[in-house]
Amino acid sequence: MSGRINLRDVSRPDSEPLIHLENDELMPLPAPLENPEKDRPWAALPEQCQSRYECGLDDTCAVNIPKPKSREEEEQLVARFLSGLDKLFDKKNNWTFLEPLLLTMEHCTGCQSCAESCHIFEASGRNELYRPTFRSEILRRLYFKYVKRGGFLSAWQHGSIQLNWPLVARLIELAYRCNLCRRCAQSCPIGCDNGLVARELRKLFSQEMGIAPREIHDNGSMLQLKAGSSTGMTAEIVKDNVAFVDEDISERTGIAVRTPWDVEGADVLLIHNAGEIMAWPENPGAFALILTLAGVNWTMSSELAAYDAINYGLWYDDAQFARVALKHMEAARKLGVKRIVIGECGHAHKALCVIADRILTGDLNIPRESYLPLLRDIVLSGKIKFDPTRNDFPVTLHDPCNMVRLMGVVEPQREILRALCPQFREMEPHGVDNYCCGGGSGFAIMSGNNFPDWRFHVSGRKKLEQILNAFADCPGPETPKYLCAPCSNCKGQFRDMIAYYGLWQKNRIFYGGLVELVVNAMADAKPGFIDWEWR
Amino acid sequence: MTAAVYLAIFAGLFIFLAGCLRRILAYARTPLHLRWELYPLPHEHPYRAAYGGSYFETQEWWRQPQVTNRRGEWRVMIEEILFLKSLREFNRRLWLPSFLFHFGLYLCIAAITCAALATACRLLSFGTRFSEFVHVLAPIAIFAGAIGAILIVAGACWLLIRRTTDPALKNSTHAGDIFNLLFFIAACALLIGGYLLRAPGTASLGEFACGAFHFDRAVRIGAAFGAGLILASILVAYIPFTHMAHFIAKYFTWHAVRWDDRRNERGSAIEGKVTASLGYKPTWSAPHVGADGQRTWAEIATTNPTKEAQK
Repeated sequence: MSGRINLRDVSRPDSEPLIHLENDELMPLPAPLENPEKDRPWAALPEQCQSRYECGLDDTCAVNIPKPKSREEEEQLVARFLSGLDKLFDKKNNWTFLEPLLLTMEHCTGCQSCAESCHIFEASGRNELYRPTFRSEILRRLYFKYVKRGGFLSAWQHGSIQLNWPLVARLIELAYRCNLCRRCAQSCPIGCDNGLVARELRKLFSQEMGIAPREIHDNGSMLQLKAGSSTGMTAEIVKDNVAFVDEDISERTGIAVRTPWDVEGADVLLIHNAGEIMAWPENPGAFALILTLAGVNWTMSSELAAYDAINYGLWYDDAQFARVALKHMEAARKLGVKRIVIGECGHAHKALCVIADRILTGDLNIPRESYLPLLRDIVLSGKIKFDPTRNDFPVTLHDPCNMVRLMGVVEPQREILRALCPQFREMEPHGVDNYCCGGGSGFAIMSGNNFPDWRFHVSGRKKLEQILNAFADCPGPETPKYLCAPCSNCKGQFRDMIAYYGLWQKNRIFYGGLVELVVNAMADAKPGFIDWEWR
Repeated sequence: MTAAVYLAIFAGLFIFLAGCLRRILAYARTPLHLRWELYPLPHEHPYRAAYGGSYFETQEWWRQPQVTNRRGEWRVMIEEILFLKSLREFNRRLWLPSFLFHFGLYLCIAAITCAALATACRLLSFGTRFSEFVHVLAPIAIFAGAIGAILIVAGACWLLIRRTTDPALKNSTHAGDIFNLLFFIAACALLIGGYLLRAPGTASLGEFACGAFHFDRAVRIGAAFGAGLILASILVAYIPFTHMAHFIAKYFTWHAVRWDDRRNERGSAIEGKVTASLGYKPTWSAPHVGADGQRTWAEIATTNPTKEAQK
């Protein structure tokens, strides 16, 4: 490790990384990953990346900010940053989060309670760079100096910092070293929110400077608004794919299923994360089967963006967030449905059910809810016959932050698992005290350069420890184990992380959603819906 | 000396109240922000609050009235304010010094309140049975004040040591933080030392409080105690202009952010505020936002940047 770093180091004019992490410095993992020497080595950043992009923060590079070609260009970028900084604290530009941001800027006492709660800080071996207050403290000093126009007295009271392009470039990267899980905010005695600081910094960079990771902007929210889905699927393609899914599910379960599209006046408009249709088709298939058997009057919509629940704007951009949320609501209004139900996607839950609540007015404010209470009520109603012995293998549950800590949907999924999975066991801690999967806030879809190495070694490490501990009584490959992750983004992180560490081959740790477990336990379906084949 | 002390106290209190009011208004006047709550919420139904559940756990939650469990909120607030519960839970190493410091502050506030009540009893109820309260309140004020000042000094010294020796705290400790703690130590040490070691014939706390009420310059106070009072008055005036005003912030961060799960219902006051905010005209510069200072938030949210680009 590059020794202790100080806040002043972020202004260092060179482009050398501030820190370097070695595997033996990271938080130790339980068996079978207890030996740091056998841990996966990190891929080095490609030379081309280092020469073209700003990589002065740590061992990786998430955003790919082109290096300025001249001093003048650097100064222009700093000026744009300052312009955005002012807008971040201005009500007409940032009414959306001004109050919580101001409170966080002006009242942190630096007690470091947040650091004790941050999985990234802990997993990194308590590296200063990843301390939740590190980035907040940079923004705080800039706020008092440039927004509040503080002089010497302010610098004495709040600390000073030198603003230059290297600082801005490092701050852009640093904004993408936080999962926005807000576990730190939960532990703050004052109520300051370092997760919000990371999110608002991302917003400044996106909305003022047009800087955001390609995966979440160009290939994310922009693609969704252009094609209808961040997967690139148009309405015709998604309908074709879902028809194929229906056919496959009907064959696998022996129960005929057909997904209804664009049914006017339906009770439920179901919106999936469209990534499920592409990567885990058994998930939307399972939904279709359950809703059909339960007699729910439901539909999907083929309107632009309305067949993909994702809303990446939640992580970095208010304008993109509002646009996608409105597309979802306009589709619901057009069909005249009674309610929108969000499928297995955590951030889509939070985006549409909670955050969007205060951008919707009039007839666009159509009720929205999680699929979990509906699924719980179906499972416990007796409408469908279940045989829990079909799920008689160890199952543990990951709590997606957006559904649980940030939305309070904690028990319905547990009621289902207790009813259908005889070997269900909790991770510790769980519920609202859970740890992020490490893929939150867009990381799960960010795979440029060597970012996955950081994602698995650092941001996903605490969750990996939890998973291994949850299955500590049956670690061997002779016992297949199921990690239930009712969120598409979390599943993406688990798929990649489990594969990275070879935990499927060595330990038979499998992952999947909740509805798959429900269908697997259906007494009238052909057995073996969960096929234990790695994808 | 006595007149200067009286002036410092009244000026300190005035500036404190004005500073607090300014800060409260600054936060209260910010626009209604997007929902950003964190669970558990103490005003949920008790069985849900226990594990952090919300009304979103129920199908068609909008058909049921929102639960408002004020008793739950009060319980959490009392634990948090009096015993710094979250610090104890999440940062045990800092809890004891911080608890001593804050509890000392509460005792000092109690002492000032008792002294003010004793003065009021003495002035307003002279000759009635209420004047008996003076004999009860005055010693309570002295006892609470003395213990409070000692706890503040002890807590502040401990916090000072932690801030200057703990590597974890160093990056977020400023010169101002050290100064603030020294300020508390100096003011409280002078107050307690000056009062306990005061010369014969100088005023007791009750006599001083009574004198302050009448602006009686004949009241004699010791130099050290007087200096302590002046220093404490400056400290009180200074607090609202620093992050030490987190007692104000905490109301907003907890009630208006963490615990704010109010629903936006059609025709509600919340919907009115949202509509007003959607009328703001932002000026963000990135092309995809399409903010030119003329278009409102509502207009921007209903445009599609990919279609705009094709035009």
